[in-house]
Amino acid sequence: MEASKSVRRHTISVWVDNTPGVLSRVTGLFSGRGFNIESLCVAETMDPSVSRITLVTTGDEFITEQIIKQLRKLINTIKVVDLSELGHVEREMALVTVKAEDKSRAEVLRIADIFRCRVVDVSPNTYTLEITGNHEKIQAVLGLLKNHGIMDEVRSGALAIQRAKKD
Amino acid sequence: MSKKRTGAQIILDCLEREGVRHIFGYPGGAVIDIYDELTRRPNLKHYLVRHEQAAVHAADGYARASDQVGVALVTSGPGATNTVTGIASAYMDSIPIVVFTGQVPTALIGNDAFQEVDIVGITRPCTKHNYLVTDIKDLARTIHEAFYIARTGRPGPVLVDLPKNIQQSSIVPEPIDLKAIKIKSYQPTLHCNPRQIKRALDMILEAKKPVLYTGGGIIASNAADELFQFAEALQIPVTSTLMGLGGFPGVHPLWMGMLGMHGTYCANMAVANSDVLIAIGARFDDRVTGKLAAFAPYAKIIHIDVDPSSISKNVVVHIPIVGDCRDALHQLNSLVKKLEPRDWRQERQEWLETVNEWNRKHPLGYKQDKKVIKPQFVIEKLWEATKGDAYITTEVGQNQMWAAQFYRFKRPRQLMTSGGLGAMGYGFPAAMGVQVAKPDDVVIDIAGDGSILMNIQELTTVVEHNLPVKVAILNNNYLGMVRQWQQLLYDRRYSQTDLTSQPDFVKVAEAFGAVGLRATKPDEVEKVIRQAMETARPVFMDFVVDREECVMPMVPPGKATHEMLLA
Repeated sequence: MEASKSVRRHTISVWVDNTPGVLSRVTGLFSGRGFNIESLCVAETMDPSVSRITLVTTGDEFITEQIIKQLRKLINTIKVVDLSELGHVEREMALVTVKAEDKSRAEVLRIADIFRCRVVDVSPNTYTLEITGNHEKIQAVLGLLKNHGIMDEVRSGALAIQRAKKD
Repeated sequence: MSKKRTGAQIILDCLEREGVRHIFGYPGGAVIDIYDELTRRPNLKHYLVRHEQAAVHAADGYARASDQVGVALVTSGPGATNTVTGIASAYMDSIPIVVFTGQVPTALIGNDAFQEVDIVGITRPCTKHNYLVTDIKDLARTIHEAFYIARTGRPGPVLVDLPKNIQQSSIVPEPIDLKAIKIKSYQPTLHCNPRQIKRALDMILEAKKPVLYTGGGIIASNAADELFQFAEALQIPVTSTLMGLGGFPGVHPLWMGMLGMHGTYCANMAVANSDVLIAIGARFDDRVTGKLAAFAPYAKIIHIDVDPSSISKNVVVHIPIVGDCRDALHQLNSLVKKLEPRDWRQERQEWLETVNEWNRKHPLGYKQDKKVIKPQFVIEKLWEATKGDAYITTEVGQNQMWAAQFYRFKRPRQLMTSGGLGAMGYGFPAAMGVQVAKPDDVVIDIAGDGSILMNIQELTTVVEHNLPVKVAILNNNYLGMVRQWQQLLYDRRYSQTDLTSQPDFVKVAEAFGAVGLRATKPDEVEKVIRQAMETARPVFMDFVVDREECVMPMVPPGKATHEMLLA
């Protein structure tokens, strides 16, 4: 194996038939062949007969090439694009309920403001924030909020889209 | 025209439309409607197996011998789970079959109903594709898609799960045009990129020590004639995988024998020393490559395969070509014809002489014995008695490797063996399927005393239909291949491989209504074979062979192919 063995993160878009069992074909492929999935997002596209999966995986060139080829080999797969090879925008979302009492209430709001989070629920001693951004930003916000006490949190996998041609 | 048809009728209509004439199966509650409808279909002949695994292996053997899609039909639950080994074997070997399983009514699915199992879930990783039909409107299209997927691209097994209520309900079916069956997300690349073909040929023309390494893709794409033409034109020596045997005549001067773990010294040395390795329809399996880092270390590799995921999976390929093997060889041959004539015999003389020298140094062989039957001798005698023309199936283990080494296959589709999965119990039911496809030809299952017991119940089926399958049991009272590993790699600790406790195979055959013959001395072998060949009934030949004979050469697991043990 002469090519490089550098392991990196890949964000892959997969268009599949929107039929029952397709998701388990995709995830079964990953578990059966020992590939790694970091996150996975699936939803219908504008065409209700097609779903689009965004999945994040790590691997060297060989593994990634195999992952893409094996995904393409599934009968229900329409198209596979490794967005990491292209200009793309990536977003994740987190919903997080943070303890916010007397003295920390303003501080939590300030953090939310700086990172352009939205407050989606309020109670006398908590705020629930919606954070969107790339992986690093979400990590950063959660890191700051941790000091105030995170009561509950949920995160999505990554969504990614290719940048449009500019010329 | 607009008459209502039941699901069961539609299913069999679809089979007839696909040209199916033979079904291997076993009835049950969840397919009883299909079996009822079968009584009104004189054109569909059903073979009642005695275990569902055998139905799938038989469909597999049928498909390989006939180049048609094989069909198996079983009930839900245990009927369905019993097919899994057969399906997995067909998947590993890329054999086109369609397996129909009954399923509990849609309203009961997920309810842990009687004989319910999620067979679509179970077989997802070992089918090319599978379907659960939940709407009778989708039934006909689904079945035709299943056949289409099974036989196109890299072939493989497809399973269709049929809930009982779908079989029982009726609709007015829409007309079907088989040519219009297309799947937007499934379009295998068949035509190879001509630029890549040109690059490959340029590399081959530069080569001093080229080797053709061919696999089951040659058989699946019916490319044997094109391969022959190409190898002869450029005088390139040929080796093949187990799955590729018969893709090139085993009696040709350019033929080096099989490569890999039990390949010939000559083939393994040629690959290890080659400067250009042309892999066609093969997939660099671990049993072929041995230690990967030491496989063909000096070679630039050209890899032609219809499945892009096979390319650069195990080894780095210099020129990848995705497409049908036959198309690739056809394009190569057309380019070769346009070249200025060169005297390839002359140019290749040194390389071919080296190859022949390796062959002379360590040919395939064994020590003949006057008192004890050598298993290799049995296969040589089978070859002689059948003039090398029989259809051969094998079980798995030593019997399989000796068959591969000593029966010099002349034509494609002559050998059926569970190559990838290595499923013991494959050979006998597969032979049954082959005999159905080739009723007038000699079909021999080369078996071991371990494997044959794994589907021996099919004696009933072959006797019932008088399928004159011949079974040659190389009986060493051992689970031979595992014993061989224990001898060579585990200090002769024969853990659970002694099969001395075994039935009298002659009496077993007779008890089932077949013919049983036995040879215990070398001079009885020919007589037994002759007698079997003259018997137009199923025959078991019990050859009591040398107990501790090993398959040689052998590349120990994890070793490089040139580090093989020779005797």
